[in-house]
Amino acid sequence: MTPKLTPTQMAWRAAQDIADGAYVNLGIGFPEMVARFQPPGRQAIFHTENGILGFGEAPAAGQEDWDLINAGKKAVTLKPGTAFFHHADSFAMVRGGHLDVAILGAYEVAENGDLANWSTGPKGVPAVGGAMDLVHGAKRVAVITDHVTKDGKPKLLKRCNLPLTGVGCVTRIYSSLAVIDVEGGRFVLREKLPALSVDELQSMTGAELLIPAPPADLTVPEI
Amino acid sequence: MDKTLPDLATAVAGIQDGMTVMIGGFGGSGAPIELIHALIDRFHATGHPRDLTVVNNNAGNGHIGLAALIEAGMVCKLICSFPRSVDPVVFTDRYLAGQIELELVPQGTLAERIRAGGAGIPAFYTPTSYGTDLAKGKPVEMFEGRPYLQERWLKADYALIKAHLGDRLGNLTYRMAARNFNPLMCMAATTTIVQVSRIMAPGSIDPEAVITPGIFVQGVVQVENPAQEETLNRANARYPQVAE
Repeated sequence: MTPKLTPTQMAWRAAQDIADGAYVNLGIGFPEMVARFQPPGRQAIFHTENGILGFGEAPAAGQEDWDLINAGKKAVTLKPGTAFFHHADSFAMVRGGHLDVAILGAYEVAENGDLANWSTGPKGVPAVGGAMDLVHGAKRVAVITDHVTKDGKPKLLKRCNLPLTGVGCVTRIYSSLAVIDVEGGRFVLREKLPALSVDELQSMTGAELLIPAPPADLTVPEI
Repeated sequence: MDKTLPDLATAVAGIQDGMTVMIGGFGGSGAPIELIHALIDRFHATGHPRDLTVVNNNAGNGHIGLAALIEAGMVCKLICSFPRSVDPVVFTDRYLAGQIELELVPQGTLAERIRAGGAGIPAFYTPTSYGTDLAKGKPVEMFEGRPYLQERWLKADYALIKAHLGDRLGNLTYRMAARNFNPLMCMAATTTIVQVSRIMAPGSIDPEAVITPGIFVQGVVQVENPAQEETLNRANARYPQVAE
């Protein structure tokens, strides 16, 4: 069986690229874990769509204040320096280029940076939330994703098959096997798990990986 | 001048069949549960209002608040960004049965359309949803070499709002992240009705602390200890309450 990173480990790796003082939006689900792995000495300021900058971790059970929640409708806490604002200001921060990083989940990513992460097709009730806004405006738009689907099919493709969230928006992919940048409409391999050959990685990727320099080892602690 | 309304029934008495009603809140935070329930009471007593178009970020949770309004059969169309929740069964069943129309709008576009409606801006351009299924039929224009989509303002006949403190002139403060869509919706409706925890004398709210100035508010009604959606849902509450 191919070794691969857990979602927690992918979140750890993504956290290593966040600079001190960066303004960061973390998507609902796995990306939320990035907040737990800020390197010592660095402090990011987290933004949530429903109008908070600089919120803290979840409160203890029973201590929830339901006027103090994140975009996933989970209770959070205040920290020194927290700010509240209304939804139009919140999305001005998003679209206006004020966020440094947005880290999201993905169903599919294409080599041209197209992202599909909001709909798996016409069945059921469609729901988009803030995903289509978040992919525009942040200086870096990164995704955390398994490299392949549960059936072993590539999620990194030449073109997305599922409905798009945004066009040409993704700049970096933290997958369960590799760190890949999107540059000039192509996938550029930066890091890969040491146990995996380039050929093996390419066979699980739906578009060509450019390798302008030897990829670094993707090493993540056991967490 | 005094915008104080005597009770919840009076507060929602003007909402007519077929109107568009903005309802504040993001999930349960900032949701005017008591105003919504007063509207449901009126419907059960009179059969009106019905065929409402409701604008809210979500589609209700459980069987109280917005979900109860939909469950009562009063809503024909919902304009929202995320019609899912922990317990979205009321909306989901009606949507899949073709009994309620959905206009899905990205969250930031929804906020800006409402803001534009309140600010007298009929349309604006945004990068959001360009190249996606939600962009179909919308004009595209290039600015500084990038494509942007034209979106139009969103206005309403009524807005039902939850604030924290209010004075008799309609000046409002909000509690933490319960602000969300509420200040925008106050601006975008012909008639804005606000439930507040306390109605105070003018001058009691520091002018520096006012978030929504009273010019955007037509009526305030006091609800001293407002219910929270999450708390009601944890108790499996329904509205109206089912008789024992």
